[in-house]
Amino acid sequence: MSDVVMHVWRGDADGGQFEEYTVPKQDGEVVLDVIHRIQATEAPDLACRWNCKAGKCGSCSAEINGKPRLMCMTRIDTLPEGETITVTPMRAFPIIRDLVTDVSFNYEQARKVPAFNPPPRPEGGYRMSQVDVERGQEFRKCIECFMCQDVCHVIRDHEENKARYSGPRFFIRYAELEMHPLDTNDRRDLVREEMGLGMCNITKCCTEVCPEHIKITDNAIIPLKERVVDADYDPIAWLGRKILRRTKRTAEQAAVQPD
Amino acid sequence: MSEIEHHDYDVIVIGAGGAGLRAAIEAKGRGLRVALVCKSLLGKAHTVMAEGGVAAAMGNVYAEDNWKVHFRDTMRGGKMLNHWRMAQLHAQESPDRVQELEAWGALFDRTKDGKILQRDFGGHRYARLAHVGDRTGLELIRTLQQRAVSMDIDVFMECKVVRLTTDDDGAVNGAVAYWRPTGEFVTFGAKSVVLATGGVGKSWKFTSNSWESTGDGHAIAMWAGASLIDMECVQFHPTGMVWPLSVRGILVTEGVRGDGGVLRNSDGKRFMFEYVADMFRAETAESEDEADRWYDDHTAGRRPPELLPRDEVARSINSEVKAGRGSPHGGVFLDIASRRTADDIRKRLPSMYHQFMELAGVDITREAMEVGPTCHYIMGGVQVDPDTAATAVPGLYAAGEVAGGMHGSNRLGGNSLSDLIVFGRRAGIAAADRAESMAREPKLNQAQVTEYIDEALAPFTRDSGENPYDLQHELQELMQANVGIIRNEAEVVEALEKLDELKQRAANVAVGGGRAYNPGWNLATDLPSMLTVSTCTAQGARDRRESRGGQTREDFPKADPELGKVNFVQRQPSGRGFSSEITITPEPLPVMPDELMAIFEEESK
Ligand SMILES: Cc1cc2nc3c(=O)[nH]c(=O)nc-3n(C[C@H](O)[C@H](O)[C@H](O)COP(=O)(O)OP(=O)(O)OC[C@H]3O[C@@H](n4cnc5c(N)ncnc54)[C@H](O)[C@@H]3O)c2cc1C
Ligand code: SF4
Ligand code: SF4
Ligand code: FES
Repeated sequence: MSDVVMHVWRGDADGGQFEEYTVPKQDGEVVLDVIHRIQATEAPDLACRWNCKAGKCGSCSAEINGKPRLMCMTRIDTLPEGETITVTPMRAFPIIRDLVTDVSFNYEQARKVPAFNPPPRPEGGYRMSQVDVERGQEFRKCIECFMCQDVCHVIRDHEENKARYSGPRFFIRYAELEMHPLDTNDRRDLVREEMGLGMCNITKCCTEVCPEHIKITDNAIIPLKERVVDADYDPIAWLGRKILRRTKRTAEQAAVQPD
Repeated sequence: MSEIEHHDYDVIVIGAGGAGLRAAIEAKGRGLRVALVCKSLLGKAHTVMAEGGVAAAMGNVYAEDNWKVHFRDTMRGGKMLNHWRMAQLHAQESPDRVQELEAWGALFDRTKDGKILQRDFGGHRYARLAHVGDRTGLELIRTLQQRAVSMDIDVFMECKVVRLTTDDDGAVNGAVAYWRPTGEFVTFGAKSVVLATGGVGKSWKFTSNSWESTGDGHAIAMWAGASLIDMECVQFHPTGMVWPLSVRGILVTEGVRGDGGVLRNSDGKRFMFEYVADMFRAETAESEDEADRWYDDHTAGRRPPELLPRDEVARSINSEVKAGRGSPHGGVFLDIASRRTADDIRKRLPSMYHQFMELAGVDITREAMEVGPTCHYIMGGVQVDPDTAATAVPGLYAAGEVAGGMHGSNRLGGNSLSDLIVFGRRAGIAAADRAESMAREPKLNQAQVTEYIDEALAPFTRDSGENPYDLQHELQELMQANVGIIRNEAEVVEALEKLDELKQRAANVAVGGGRAYNPGWNLATDLPSMLTVSTCTAQGARDRRESRGGQTREDFPKADPELGKVNFVQRQPSGRGFSSEITITPEPLPVMPDELMAIFEEESK
């Protein structure tokens, strides 16, 4: 079989360059396998993150031929044959070393999310219906690969926006909490005023890169915008769309069980 | 040496999987100063990969279920080598722990009447696993992570602990670690330390485990004076992917079988009917018809043999392949395509669908999967007190996969996630109790700290030496070949000799480059733990001359009732760490009280 030629960005916060590596091609390999083989042979100090190698942990995000992808889920044989493969770190985050970036922005955003706040657990446990939990479950599939954050133009090349923008990963988190059948917190003002939802102009780039195929824009951002931007929203319209529940329930109401 | 970053806490928790997060939440809830330290980013621990579900006898699907049945299933699955008290606490407390997750925001799949839905898994008499499709671990870790973050627990991510520090009385009083992004060292002083570092699977070639599973917790605990038990009991999950080679070992959830998938050999035959051991005959279906009736109604037939405990299924697959009835790439076929509709499969097993489609180009709604055993879980671990998770070292607690005893010689699916939250909580309580009772701040012994730092940096000081990746590779080949699913005396003895050589070579590993995010160096610091736990496993495999659960000896194919009464306990009496001798002694299992024994006697009537 032929060889794989890979251009991997090597360097740190002070700068760096592409290094070329050539390794023999193997059946069924993904980009991460090739990176691992380079580590085990030519460059033991080549830095990259990974854990599960099965698309489940969201550690191995990088840009492959300029597009954010999970290295462990990108098969070499799906990339243009015979062409050099470039692998670079995610652009929206500061570089630590090689393919590893400082994603602490996301962990800071996570700290700002007001916690889930359910009513006390009734005897025999909470009751929720499957359709109600499914809305939130879509967003809870998120593996925190942060590629949607990486691709979002509001912060991709605009470091200055990060202070007032939580990004698509956290828009789905807010949407999830808003749609949670048991939650009683109201985060609408926060999302509108401090999380920068208004800066998103629905380009859908985030949805396109999401490895979990979460419909970030259609199912989270748009409903969230309608809900928080339009203060006098029409509850009947909401019910009709069946996307978010009509109003935030009080703790007492939330404790009432569906049948 | 320049000033080293130092932090004092009441409790530090090492490991941020389910067990560590749960322990930290508990201790923080008491108003203590708590730190959570982990090798990867927060939310990426192994727990995130768990698929099928969390076991808890809530009785939402079968009202007949209760803790006693769960206890019985767990003990039988573990071939009675479990610590009865752990199995009891686990069965009694897991329903509350699962419900608690819901109060923290978890969204489990529901029954028609709005309760938590439970699915079937091997070895569990009733449908018992609460789940979210096939991504239950993600739900569990995210829920706990979000809870921990909302409580403002200090998290040290990508920070690897290399050693525990101890005071003059032998009590643990802190830890030495380094930041992976910078390679700078950091020390912690702590009144209590909870170990929740997960497993050891990275020492085998074909494994479902990530790079993190290098047995660090097992090793640093033993180096600090704790005992390990049952280290020979390693679980090979029956269904890992076998092709393409690069994904060999990646897990295929047991949920596929729980939801109707069956195993076939190259003749298309459901071979598991041929492999039902006497112990399970009374409760296993005799024909395909009977087995198929069971899926819809567990009273209309007995359970399919595909859902026997994992050790049984893994060995059977191994035998079929050896007999020449395997699949093209050396596994067997796991078929759900012919048994469930494509819609059902995509809905119930979305990540399996995705995984096979993307990685193997196989559409599991139309074709069978090729699967074979993969190293998955270690039942053995740090010996703990069941009620408090306390180890033999004062101030040191252990919970989750790093702790031993709960699962005996074989773990049932779904019993790990529940183990994490039950014993994670208990470890958190006990660690907090101790911290509250201690007036003085611990003071680290600087000589010890310097020694541990020098030890970790040694690979940089050697100009020439071996590549750590080569050593890791050899270790994986060795454990796979000699201490794999089927073992014999000659092979494990040979493995022990080779492990000795590898240990010596590990003392001569050299790495280049800087300290900042240097995976070669990071691996070099993992090798001592990998070699230590591998030695423990090989020693146990040599001395347990019988076959029981995760220990299968072809030269001793039967269980030996006498060996069923002992744990093999391992220690390093000198307390001098990596290079010192490991002893192994059989010690009697704790005796189960009569009222619990009666649960098993009732049944044999
Ligand atoms: C693919 C797969 C599927 C599974 N499915 C199921 C299932 O459906 N049901 C079930 O019950 N079980 C399942 N299991 C088993 C279960 O997931 C694990 O046993 C469990 O998650 C272990 O949790 P833990 O909290 O003990 O440790 P882990 O989740 O492994 O976490 C270990 C933590 O320790 C940290 N750590 C390790 N060493 C160090 C160090 N030196 N310094 C600092 N930090 C360190 C790591 O960074 C990590 O944060 C599955 C396992 C796998 C691999
Ligand atoms: S849709 Fe909004 S959040 Fe998504 S990438 Fe575009 S601007 Fe960013
Ligand atoms: S929403 Fe999708 S793209 Fe964004 S972090 Fe989550 S999984 Fe990744
Ligand atoms: S390594 Fe986990 S998503 Fe790639």
